[in-house]
Amino acid sequence: MEHKTIKKVDIIFAKDTCNPRELLSKTLQRNPDDIILDIIDSGLKGRGGAGFPTGLKWKFTRNEVSEDKYVICNADEGEPGTFKDREILDQVPEKVFVGMAVCGYVIGAREGYIYLRGEYNFLLRSLNAKLETFNALMKELKFDFHISIRSGSGAYICGEESALFESMEGKRGEPRNKPPYPTRAGYNHKPTAINNVETLVYTTMITRLGPTEFKALGTQDSRGSKVFSVSGDTPIAGIYELELGMPLADFVDSFGDGDTKAVQVGGASGHCVPRKQFRDTIIGFEGIPTGGSMMIFNSSRSMYNVLHDYLEFFTEESCGQCTPCRVGCQQLLKGIEAVKRGERKPDYLEELKKLADTMKVAAKCGLGQSVANPFNSIVNNFREEIIY
Amino acid sequence: MSNYMVNLKINNIPVSVPEGSTIVQAANKLNFRIPTLCFHPDLSVAGNCRVCVVEITGARALAAACAMPVAEGMEVFTNSAKVRTARKHVIELLLSEHNADCTKCFKNGHCELQELAAEYRVGDHVFLDLVKASDKILDISSPSIQKDNSKCIRCQRCVRTCEELQAVGALAVACKGDHQRITTFMDKSLHNVVCTNCGQCINRCPTGALVERNYMEEVWDHINNPFKHVVVQTAPAVRIGLGEDLGLEPGHRVTGKLVSALKHIGFDSVLDTDFTADLTIMEEGTELLTRLKKAIVDKDETVTLPMTTSCSPGWIKFIEHTFPELLPNVSTCKSPQQMFGALAKTYYAQKKGLDPKNIVSVSIMPCTAKKFEANRPEMRASGYQDVDYVLTTRELAMMIKQAGIEFTKLDDMHYDSIMGEGTGAAVIFGATGGVMEAALRTAYEIVTGREVPFNNLNITPVRGMEGVREATITITGTRPEWSFLEGVEMKVAVAHGLVNAKELMTAVRDQKASYHFIEVMACPGGCLGGGGQPIPTSADIREKRAQAIYAEDEGLPIRKSHENPEVVQIYKDFLGEPLGHRSHALLHTHYKPRKRY
Ligand SMILES: Cc1cc2nc3c(=O)[nH]c(=O)nc-3n(C[C@H](O)[C@H](O)[C@H](O)COP(=O)(O)O)c2cc1C
Ligand code: SF4
Ligand code: SF4
Ligand code: SF4
Ligand code: SF4
Ligand code: FES
Repeated sequence: MEHKTIKKVDIIFAKDTCNPRELLSKTLQRNPDDIILDIIDSGLKGRGGAGFPTGLKWKFTRNEVSEDKYVICNADEGEPGTFKDREILDQVPEKVFVGMAVCGYVIGAREGYIYLRGEYNFLLRSLNAKLETFNALMKELKFDFHISIRSGSGAYICGEESALFESMEGKRGEPRNKPPYPTRAGYNHKPTAINNVETLVYTTMITRLGPTEFKALGTQDSRGSKVFSVSGDTPIAGIYELELGMPLADFVDSFGDGDTKAVQVGGASGHCVPRKQFRDTIIGFEGIPTGGSMMIFNSSRSMYNVLHDYLEFFTEESCGQCTPCRVGCQQLLKGIEAVKRGERKPDYLEELKKLADTMKVAAKCGLGQSVANPFNSIVNNFREEIIY
Repeated sequence: MSNYMVNLKINNIPVSVPEGSTIVQAANKLNFRIPTLCFHPDLSVAGNCRVCVVEITGARALAAACAMPVAEGMEVFTNSAKVRTARKHVIELLLSEHNADCTKCFKNGHCELQELAAEYRVGDHVFLDLVKASDKILDISSPSIQKDNSKCIRCQRCVRTCEELQAVGALAVACKGDHQRITTFMDKSLHNVVCTNCGQCINRCPTGALVERNYMEEVWDHINNPFKHVVVQTAPAVRIGLGEDLGLEPGHRVTGKLVSALKHIGFDSVLDTDFTADLTIMEEGTELLTRLKKAIVDKDETVTLPMTTSCSPGWIKFIEHTFPELLPNVSTCKSPQQMFGALAKTYYAQKKGLDPKNIVSVSIMPCTAKKFEANRPEMRASGYQDVDYVLTTRELAMMIKQAGIEFTKLDDMHYDSIMGEGTGAAVIFGATGGVMEAALRTAYEIVTGREVPFNNLNITPVRGMEGVREATITITGTRPEWSFLEGVEMKVAVAHGLVNAKELMTAVRDQKASYHFIEVMACPGGCLGGGGQPIPTSADIREKRAQAIYAEDEGLPIRKSHENPEVVQIYKDFLGEPLGHRSHALLHTHYKPRKRY
């Protein structure tokens, strides 16, 4: 395994690196297949959580034959502890637009949508103003591509890609069966490339500079850097772009308050890493991946309360359609309450862990499937805190 | 489905199925049954209950076999340890939010959840009880349907039924997470929303969450009351459906045993809705010809065409809500059930020398909407509620069992008289297209003096299960008084299932299609697929029922409504003529617009 140390990077928010006119007029002359090769070569994986190779996603969508195709920028950013997409859209929206346009060019789409988290509506006015300029530029460049914004209505599940499509189609945000995957049947059941905000910015960078510079960062499995949202018991909460592949211990050294007990990597749906595992935990796809959220807990925190909060969140935010998730979340939540109150014996936690394992394999979408991550990691590592 | 075959292995046994098949379909081919709950053959695939999960080699997660398409080289395990644990968990979870008081439940013994629980022997409950007290409050606002949220497993079969088959959308999913539930617009009671009472959701609800309002006890009480004369009428589709609830295969005709069973149960007089179905043809056929005459000869612009049928109360409520502007198109005829009811407490009472206040009029219907219809204020032409109780085919089957009758061993018996005589034309009312066919058989003969020009009276173009069907019949050789119809091409259309009715009526409303006469049945397949028929239902089962109906028609000596001797008699003795004064008072009505919200 490659060993990296913590390294700050300045790609995403670097100003003056993106001149949409220059970049796009050049890119629109290129062969789309070459662009895809660059993205594949860069090793870029999706930054929205699932980590699917972006170049492949574009290739699959390009290969579909359809009159209509779509590019969607997933800006629903609902994962607790994540706030980096907001900052990107606020600071460097043009980089996102360019990424979408390049994607549109590559896959053969004429329409792009930004699905913007409802709580981020304060960004609407400025984003729309900038989009007007950008869309005008597309016209000028004689590129038939237009971006518009759709406002989300406040459910975490609408960040899941297929629920997002349903929501955009005016229906209830419920995840669909997969397959078919979005690359074949996404928005309006047409081929759709859906990418996270941050992913799109990296595609812009790779389009501009080629894959080499991006590839130089990170590890074999986790190329490049990513933007982290650091929160919790840290004196320097905020947004940081860091190289992938660092050991969690380095991260805690830089961001912790000296008394760090655990770090929740990847938000409520991520894993809780206790102090004894900091050194052996790599932040990246080979270790613990994260959509960017890093929540730091010091010894004053009750891990029961932490888990309880997460389970309350999932119990409320489950779309409710599938049994393992709708009922499972409630059972996990009420179950730890019952154990805490002594109404169930401590070994009921074993039943609950088995249930969480079932949710992981039987729930319909990533939400229900990931509840086991925080549940099992917290119960395994902080069992006493749950019981007593 | 594609011709391309995909090879896979299920439980190590190779199988080839067409590309696009699901794992459930492939497993069926090998006779491996994978349990399902949210799946229903009439509906889109939801994949939400997760009881059908299976293991696929190489995949991290289990897959929902109802939704997962097969792939070349796939290796599936339907009963591995991982699958069994997950499936059992799913069943236990469903039960943990379920008010499982089976012994008091109407679906006891007919419940898919109960069957699964029994199969997996989920005995002592591991998980905590999550049933909400508020969910135990029943919605019995509708005279047709009872909704019990505490028995709902959120499979959404009802929601898909109401939307995909009926285009009504009375039921929807609301809220998320632990508050997610199946409800109506603004949580109103079912009686106060656009629900048509068609009962199609009941037919597809796997549990006791949606069932008919049942009136068996009330009917037993009247049967056992010596001062009451209890008459019962049976709709055409009951005789081809009932057997399914009593141990027979779909497609069995049990007319004679049905009559026997009703007599054993103790009804004072066992009569046939077929009689008033024939009467409907006389009234409705005459109404159609009258409208045509007014339009063609008198150039009366107030006449509305096309005329639509009115015998499906689900359709009536639908049009009241959805196409109120088309209400003038609806025939003024009451449904056969209500014609029967009005005559039972007038004509029948007179003939039998009974005081109508002592007559209790019961009908056995394949339909839940007829329960609502019987309670309509329009339906009191006799001075009393014309039909007192409406029982579904399913309720009758339960009463037969309660009475300890061995149904399959019963001798065949004949309906009583009067109002017990029906023709083949009346029997086919039970299938989509049947009213149209019956009407054409009679109307054509009235106008031309000859039988309809179809082999053996079988008007095949209006038969079948296509959602909307059209036919054109050119009228030639008219009798002198109908010469204005000479050469007219009668354009007719038939729709069944409200989603198809909506499509057809939208075209009519927008003047994109023109017809003279339209038959609409609210339920898929017509009454034979009605919301009160035995469960389960599927295209295959409905097809078998349809075949039975047409076989019943062909087997009857009289197959044209106007030749029904009791119909001839009632016009002579009581009604005078079709659309006459008495007919108007007893057999016709008008409906009023309703709001959508
Ligand atoms: C419950 C749930 C919520 C999600 N929320 C988001 C989100 O807010 N933003 C996002 O980019 N991806 C989210 N995802 C992941 C998306 O489904 C999808 O994988 C992603 O948008 C793809 O983009 P990427 O390949 O660039 O990561 C969520 C997934 C799940 C299961
Ligand atoms: S896992 Fe949860 S959020 Fe996903 S489909 Fe099932 S109920 Fe909905
Ligand atoms: S719905 Fe089924 S499982 Fe539930 S109480 Fe009724 S019979 Fe029992
Ligand atoms: S009875 Fe018919 S209209 Fe009413 S909710 Fe059920 S399916 Fe919908
Ligand atoms: S009412 Fe019946 S069909 Fe509808 S979701 Fe509940 S259990 Fe399923
Ligand atoms: S039957 Fe397959 S998920 Fe419900």
